[in-house]
Amino acid sequence: MTTYALTDSWTMTRRELAHWARQPVQIVVNVAFPVMLLLMFGYLVGGGRGVSGEYVDYLVPGMLALTMAFGLEGTMIAVTQDLNKGVIDRFRSMPMANGAILVGRSVADMLQSALALAVLIGVGLALGWRAHGGAAAFLGALGLLLLFRFAMLWIGIQLALVAGKPELVQAVQILVWPVGFLSNAFATPEAMPGWLGTVVQWNPMSHTATAVRDLFGNQGGEAGHVWPAVVWPLALLAVFFPLALRRFARLSK
Amino acid sequence: MADTAITVEGARKKYGDKPALDGLDLTVARGAVHSVLGPNGAGKTTLVRILSTLLRPDAGRIEVAGHDVVTEAYDVRLRIGLLGQHAAVDEELSGYQNLEMFGRLYHLGTRHARVRAGELLERFGLADTGRKAVKQYSGGMRRRLDLAASLITEPEVLFLDEPTTGLDPRGRAEVWASVRSLAGGGTTVLLTTQYLEEADQLADRISVVDRGRVVADGTADALKALTGGDRIDVVLRDAGHLGAAVAVLPVPKDDVTVDTDRRLLSAPVTDRMAALSGVVRALEEAGIEAEDIALRRPTLDEVFLHVTADRVKEAA
Repeated sequence: MTTYALTDSWTMTRRELAHWARQPVQIVVNVAFPVMLLLMFGYLVGGGRGVSGEYVDYLVPGMLALTMAFGLEGTMIAVTQDLNKGVIDRFRSMPMANGAILVGRSVADMLQSALALAVLIGVGLALGWRAHGGAAAFLGALGLLLLFRFAMLWIGIQLALVAGKPELVQAVQILVWPVGFLSNAFATPEAMPGWLGTVVQWNPMSHTATAVRDLFGNQGGEAGHVWPAVVWPLALLAVFFPLALRRFARLSK
Repeated sequence: MADTAITVEGARKKYGDKPALDGLDLTVARGAVHSVLGPNGAGKTTLVRILSTLLRPDAGRIEVAGHDVVTEAYDVRLRIGLLGQHAAVDEELSGYQNLEMFGRLYHLGTRHARVRAGELLERFGLADTGRKAVKQYSGGMRRRLDLAASLITEPEVLFLDEPTTGLDPRGRAEVWASVRSLAGGGTTVLLTTQYLEEADQLADRISVVDRGRVVADGTADALKALTGGDRIDVVLRDAGHLGAAVAVLPVPKDDVTVDTDRRLLSAPVTDRMAALSGVVRALEEAGIEAEDIALRRPTLDEVFLHVTADRVKEAA
């Protein structure tokens, strides 16, 4: 039965891609949202607390990390919607690999996040943001961002499986915002009140943002954050990946 | 084992404190069309979900196509098709995309999955709508696509959970025709329904379910015979004459039901024609005017009330 795990996961990924092909507007909206946030914070709000020099230099890597964090919401909504659809019963009554539905979802979400990163970087370049670290460091930064997204993805799947109902999704959706903003995406922790700065420094997303800034050679970058930016997501995955798979297998109870 | 497609012994399932299945037993012969008949909340859907491996039972021995639904769920899934109460297809995709996807998930391989999708769309009269998203389909079309999806691998056992609920008469006739042709091909069909007529039309055997147990089991004729067979309904012009009518009618008096609001009396009959002419003559002789006289078969309500009334008596 496990021999089909790969083909079944691919079939489920194709399903998500077919959804995109039928609803391209959805993708555009999903990608446009972080671009809008970037423009809003770059021009409307302007200048972060404790940031010297060009704000866009600090903001773009922060927005990349924040977009990966907000991906949790998208995953959660998609999984919740899927679970409440009739078609899930057919999948579960078929001799297909357990979990292929979740793998298909995660591949599709990763592709969408990669697309969002590409668009955000393009818009960032147009705004005057530059990466100075060279090709290897650039790819390393993208890798860290996607790794962080992957951890958010499985947290999102687990939350969707636990919450189950669209009403509860809204509650979690609202909570994602403070967690996303309690980071160094827009401002440096040094500029915040002491306790808040500490919370922000502990936020795994802050490590990813700092490490990415470092690799891009942007302001706010600090050496020594690459390891936490690798370890934090892996630790989250070690907890939430098995939890989500187990929870999914137990839907039948 | 070779001649039994479904065996259920002592199946139990609780949701919280509420038992949905309360020691249900059921045996379905291979190749039979077996109907599970009962009102809402009787446990029909729970039974189908357990048989199709979607739900784990709390207790009981349950085998489908020779495999245990809990310990050998994968083997069961290879051999079943499921048509649930709600269309289990992807609404965003086209009919063709749905069937091709399910074919791949049954591991037919890309080419075979495509051929099969085309065949099934053709067979269920959906060939010309194959590229349209399912959410634009009518209810009947959706049901047919759903049925097509259940038949991709020509399953040994097919579960149909209230397959015609919410369909218009034409959609219902289409589903009935499909079930008949499947049964002709040797597929075992377990069909749940709230309508005696549907069970009557399609099933070789019927199990009446109430509160998570089978309360009666047999052919449609045997079940109807339990309630005293056919009935005659007489609607009078004047409700005041109901009492007099009961007195003169040539029917067993203790089994007559009277509904004053509808000016209706109803009685069981054995010989249909003799009863009809006897009633007409008796009313004429007594000078009681009737608005309508009809012979009819017992409804599910009557079969059901009869069977559950027996259970209440047994319990007392």
